[in-house]
Amino acid sequence: MSEKKIGDVILDLKGISLSFGGVKALTDISFDVREHEIRAIIGPNGAGKSSMLNVINGVYTPQHGEIVFRGQHFHKMNPRKVAEMGVGRTFQNLALFKGMSVLDNIMTGRSLRMHSGVFAQMIRFGPAEREEIAHRERVEKIIDFLEIQSYRKTPVGMLPYGLQKRVDLGRALAMEPSLLLLDEPMAGMNVEEKQDMSRFVLDVNDEFGTTIVLIEHDMGVVMDISDRVVVLDYGKKIGDGSPDEVRNNEDVIAAYLGVAH
Amino acid sequence: MAQSGAGLDADVRELGNTTFPRLLLKHAAERSQAPALREKDLGIWQSISWQELHVEVEQIAAGLAGQGFKRGQHVALVGENRPRLYAAMIAAQALGGIPVPMYQDAVAQEMVYVFENAEIAYAIVEDQEQVDKMLEIREKYPALLRIVYDDPRGLRSYSQPELMSYEELLKEGRGLLDSHPGFVKAEIDQGSPDDPAAMFYTSGTTGRPKGVVHTHRNLISMSAVASRMEGLTPSEEVLAYLPMAWIGQNIFSYAQWLVTGFTVNCPESQATVAADMREIGPTYYFAPPRVLEALLTQVTIRMEDAAAIKRRMYAYFMDVARHVGGRILDGDASVGLSDRIKYAVGKILVYGPLRNVLGMNKVHVAYTAGEAIGPDLFVFYRSLGINLKQLYGSTETAVFVCVQPNGQVRADTVGPPVDGVEVKVADNGELLIRSPGLLREYYKNPEATAEVKDADGWYHTGDAGYLDQNGHLKIIDRAKDVGKLAGGQLFAPKYIENKLKFFPFIKEAVAFGDGREQVMAFVNIDLEACGNWAERRNIAYAGYVDLASRAEICDLIRECVEKVNADLAADPMMSASQIHRFLVLHKELDADDEELTRTRKVRRGFIATRYMSLIEALYSGRTEQFIETQMRFEDGRTGTVSATIRIHDAKTFSPAAAQKTAA
Repeated sequence: MSEKKIGDVILDLKGISLSFGGVKALTDISFDVREHEIRAIIGPNGAGKSSMLNVINGVYTPQHGEIVFRGQHFHKMNPRKVAEMGVGRTFQNLALFKGMSVLDNIMTGRSLRMHSGVFAQMIRFGPAEREEIAHRERVEKIIDFLEIQSYRKTPVGMLPYGLQKRVDLGRALAMEPSLLLLDEPMAGMNVEEKQDMSRFVLDVNDEFGTTIVLIEHDMGVVMDISDRVVVLDYGKKIGDGSPDEVRNNEDVIAAYLGVAH
Repeated sequence: MAQSGAGLDADVRELGNTTFPRLLLKHAAERSQAPALREKDLGIWQSISWQELHVEVEQIAAGLAGQGFKRGQHVALVGENRPRLYAAMIAAQALGGIPVPMYQDAVAQEMVYVFENAEIAYAIVEDQEQVDKMLEIREKYPALLRIVYDDPRGLRSYSQPELMSYEELLKEGRGLLDSHPGFVKAEIDQGSPDDPAAMFYTSGTTGRPKGVVHTHRNLISMSAVASRMEGLTPSEEVLAYLPMAWIGQNIFSYAQWLVTGFTVNCPESQATVAADMREIGPTYYFAPPRVLEALLTQVTIRMEDAAAIKRRMYAYFMDVARHVGGRILDGDASVGLSDRIKYAVGKILVYGPLRNVLGMNKVHVAYTAGEAIGPDLFVFYRSLGINLKQLYGSTETAVFVCVQPNGQVRADTVGPPVDGVEVKVADNGELLIRSPGLLREYYKNPEATAEVKDADGWYHTGDAGYLDQNGHLKIIDRAKDVGKLAGGQLFAPKYIENKLKFFPFIKEAVAFGDGREQVMAFVNIDLEACGNWAERRNIAYAGYVDLASRAEICDLIRECVEKVNADLAADPMMSASQIHRFLVLHKELDADDEELTRTRKVRRGFIATRYMSLIEALYSGRTEQFIETQMRFEDGRTGTVSATIRIHDAKTFSPAAAQKTAA
């Protein structure tokens, strides 16, 4: 197999601190993400992983620090702006429309890229119809990619959890992101579902060249698929490097296994 | 005692006086714009016309020739039913090559033998999964020169020089055709109807698989006979959803497709077959009994969940259908007017909608074969007005030996021989067949060929059976499996197992008794049916092993066994074969563990050795036995399951008493 090409830094987080009142969620965190890599953020419960993702995503505004995304400096990100700049995400607790079909859910991921007006879409007039067909084609490619053809018309609420996660990923892919943030994509899954999801994450990275930042609990999965790993504990960065480096880092071992006193 | 279908042998042979590539040329000329193939891709059925198919086949053939493919060479085809694999099959035949379709779910290890045996240098495969297998095979078998893949997904980073995409092959073919436009046509003209057309490896219930060589004439003449008998036209729609490596699917969606010129539809994926079938509405349908059974189980379960009024309506009209549906389908004039009215109402309220849900609304001919079909199951479909018929045949006989003609359909026979086929019963009860569709030979295996094909051209089927007074064939068992009990009575294990398997709760059964005093049996429960039964009774269970060991389930199975015993007792030939003791196995018999063949037939000998301790426990009168078995997961890893299995006694009936109750 040929080595994949990891490019330059596209996202650089410098000295990020975030607190909610007196609770310090993140303290002076810095790390970067390179083009085309799979970057994992791991850590025990309450380590600040999701907060970190929400900072990148613009949901939370850090009190200190700076974010550099593709050469532009930001003190805070704005969710819509972030999305327009090509950052997609999935959610830990799934934010799908349960009553809507798989197809429609993934279609919502295209909304940023739809240009015809509401009225034109309603009557499916000329360009609006062509646009819808183009969007549908893109969505169908994602359905094919994620191998969920047999659930196309099924309401999402009726699907098992593992498949809902896949739909969530599909919706994020529909916006054709260049950077994809995955919030615990394997949480609550059985071994087989985890293997499937790992394969999809690797395939997305490989086929579409998408850079991926993922938060994960399951160390095994993370070590297998990521290029570099950041470890957080109580809002502080305690490790950063290749899976092997992190695995042998004493602080990381202590955070996961506890230390003898 | 011999029986032959009408029509002269010579007439049938004449039907086969062509080759598959020539048939393609014929359809491309006669119905160039009609759809030859349809594939659901990106949620839409996309058609390929005969004209387009012809162009693609020429390009692939030229591409293969450019890659050095020579007349007489074999090419492996591995994948689901995909239009491109169909095109590749015709392309290989156009060059005088011999396609060898293989089971797409076989593991690399199983395939190596076939590659070595057939000296395969070229493989055309579906996707990454198959490419990985081919690369694994190549480590043991370096003569594999070229691996062509259809779907490039996941293969971006593969740099092996022997890999080539289907697009690249098409492009190479176009280049060659630009300079030699008549190349492929000239190659097709060189082909003869008596050249080998395809090779099918038999599933191998015993020993190594054998390559069954069929000529164009073999396959085409039998396909043409059957198409003529059923009046198939180019407007038929067929759904290709079973493995291409199985000769049945190959005959229905390849040989008969090219003979008749109808449209073959490829489903989107295995998981969408049911939905795709509803969308297409096939008119000509084939399903092995296990598929029909799975459909019926689904219908039954969904009906149990329906509202009370619907349930009552269903029960009432299915009862009407059971009494008169089959007779109406057979054109029986004795059905009374009131029954006809009831059936007509039922058709609007129940049968029509049900057929629609099953995707069988337009079916005018449906076949089932491969295994014996349970009478209840068979009658269910026929009573809905679906013209389901049984046929008898095998890989070696190009499928069509006996087919039930319209109006003469029975649950326990497989019909009379078709045109051009002769059937006779040897002294030992074995069926012998002479037919234009008989295999030419087993590849590189003259001893095996001589074993099954005698000097007069009779093929020894290995099946035991007889022709009834109407000239319909009745199959009992494999001739070699038919044994004798210690008391000298006939013991036909398959016959007993089939009777057990006709119960929805029993998925597989294995009967033992050859040379013994009594018959004993292993039973595999059907997880779906038993699970549902348990749920309805609030019986909690953790999984397969747990459910299989529940006393309630064992009682349920005992009832089934005892019903079979009552049935066997009524048949003087079989009354000694009643099952005295049985056990419920803790794991499902699985092809990955070599307990079943890929076509899901039980490998009795292998099971007998593997579960020796259980058989001994059955015969020694023990009430329970501990066993630990290895099992292989789908990803190739192995694990063990262990359980203590309880052994149960079943009530048996005296033949006289059973006959009295029957009378």
